[in-house]
Amino acid sequence: MTAQTLAPPTATIGPRAWLQRNLFSGIPSSIATGLIAGVLIVIALKVGDWALTEARWDVVTRNQRLLLIGQYPGDQAWRLWLDLLLLSALTGLSAARFGRTTRVLAVSMSAFQLLLAGLTAVSPAGPLVSVGLLLNAAVVWVGVLAGPRVAIPRRALLIAWIGAIPVTLVLLSGFKGTPLPVVGSNLWGGLLLTILLAAVGIVVSFPLGVMLALGRRSSMPAVRLVCTAYIELIRAVPLVTILFMADIMLPFFLPGEVRIDRVTRAMGGIALFSAAYVAENVRGGLQALPSGQLEAAQALGLNTLQTNLFIVLPQALRSVIPANVGLFISLLKDTTLVSIIGLSELLGIGRAILAQPDSLGAQMEVFAFTGLIFFVLCYAMSQASYRLERALGVGTR
Amino acid sequence: MNTRGEPVITQPEGSNKARETPNEIIVARDVHKWFGQLHVLRGIDLAVNAGEVVVIFGASGSGKSTFIRTINRLEEHQRGTITVDGIELTNDIRNIAAIRSEIGMVFQSFNLFPHLTALQNITLAPRKVRKSARADADAAGMKLLERVGIPEQAHKFPAQLSGGQQQRVAIARALAMQPKIMLFDEPTSALDPEMISEVLDVMRELAADQGMTMLVVSHEMGFARAVANRMVLFDEGVIVEQGPPQQIFEDPQQERTKQFLSQILH
Repeated sequence: MTAQTLAPPTATIGPRAWLQRNLFSGIPSSIATGLIAGVLIVIALKVGDWALTEARWDVVTRNQRLLLIGQYPGDQAWRLWLDLLLLSALTGLSAARFGRTTRVLAVSMSAFQLLLAGLTAVSPAGPLVSVGLLLNAAVVWVGVLAGPRVAIPRRALLIAWIGAIPVTLVLLSGFKGTPLPVVGSNLWGGLLLTILLAAVGIVVSFPLGVMLALGRRSSMPAVRLVCTAYIELIRAVPLVTILFMADIMLPFFLPGEVRIDRVTRAMGGIALFSAAYVAENVRGGLQALPSGQLEAAQALGLNTLQTNLFIVLPQALRSVIPANVGLFISLLKDTTLVSIIGLSELLGIGRAILAQPDSLGAQMEVFAFTGLIFFVLCYAMSQASYRLERALGVGTR
Repeated sequence: MNTRGEPVITQPEGSNKARETPNEIIVARDVHKWFGQLHVLRGIDLAVNAGEVVVIFGASGSGKSTFIRTINRLEEHQRGTITVDGIELTNDIRNIAAIRSEIGMVFQSFNLFPHLTALQNITLAPRKVRKSARADADAAGMKLLERVGIPEQAHKFPAQLSGGQQQRVAIARALAMQPKIMLFDEPTSALDPEMISEVLDVMRELAADQGMTMLVVSHEMGFARAVANRMVLFDEGVIVEQGPPQQIFEDPQQERTKQFLSQILH
């Protein structure tokens, strides 16, 4: 018999065949499909009916500015727009220079702005805000497309990113006696505060956590002891307790003339809390690294710092992306706890709005809106994580 | 021999001076090593001349891999001295760094860095340790890949390469630091049979063109017979017999050598 090379059998699956094979392959599966479809349709009809006829969305559209930026003065809102514009441009340019990994960031950022633009389009002040957001989303892509021609050195972009958070904070809070009047952080609120708390929490806790994880595996007993003690202590205390400590007890320990505002204290509390969890995630990645990798690095003459920077961390951090993104998603949701210490982030401002007499009975609408915003943010993060994993080839190399 | 005693580290003070004859590049004297209570090296004496190719063989657990790993300090020996190119291996980190820069190592399981391409694997150490410019390191790296016969694989990741190709990249990576000595720790044992020869060919060329000093832990007897200047049989942490391949194969002196050869040559 001669061996023949045959083409693989062609699969002929039309929509009908697909339905039959997957949803109605037998009597039990048909019943299950029918039941589930029925339940879903009933839920969708109920929700749709409520959202379109019963719900009084005016409570959301009326308070749109409060929900988005809290009590940040309206005549200073241009500073937020300017900051958003800078960040959009930076994201776009970086995506062009650094390739696939940061393009994920650009895609999610512009997608979120588009979604927010859609949500705000129906409000009284809407068109303006929507157009602003659309423009920002466009700026991201202008940056992506223009990036290759402008050829900004990578180092400059990195420095710009490192500077982005202080610049944002200074731009938002301003200085006395300059064209940027002071806007106290007690006025920051809504989505703005939620995103600021989460962004600072993530950006600060990540490097801190990595250092703690490395420290916990250090060959120096003193370093190991301090790192282990920190991690265990923080993990054994609820975040609410840490926020209270940061808010109430910290000022007692600081000299009288040193004043740290409440938002900064909350940011610190969240970042310090999250760092302990990042450290444990990263430690898992460090442990999974085969010892042969360290031996190869040593044999090549790399010192400890170089081995960590170029061999250990790139592999360990890559393998813990899913765990870390999960952690950062819950960090984003945990920022709602700061309403306990009197800060009005998105959910807190929602509750404040509900306390107004003219929004009586509109709980459903407000919570549906804040829930939707949180869903969009978290879903974007988890999608970004999947794309990042794929771009870095987690699990394939 | 006190096999249960406390490991004693004897390091004669101020003895960083060469104690070997000018031609001897590696000198191990009375090297002992314990893993916990297990006495795995029980007094190894071995001197290797520059340019010599030494094949070390022996049953698994005989200490042969451990011994070559002590030479670049992946394992610490606990008694005796090891001197490489005039530098004695002590706990002094500068000595260790100096010796590692003269020694390249190839592992049984390749140990390529999976997050870097073949070329990046090769250029990493020259760029970071030797501070070579990127363009120079890349050019040198490509030359090395040509030498091991796979320049077309330069931009692939290790997982996309066959075992034989990975091991050839690993050899190129070790050569990139321009070592005087190459250690091979069972370089072909993890390979499928049809890939063994492509790796051995590279090693053969290395021994022939370069006059490289090579210590090879291997059971490839064909390779040993063709390339080795000397063969060394390890058994239970001691050297049982050593000599030129011809003598080992045709006129082994020790009973253990005859027995081991008959086991692996069938």
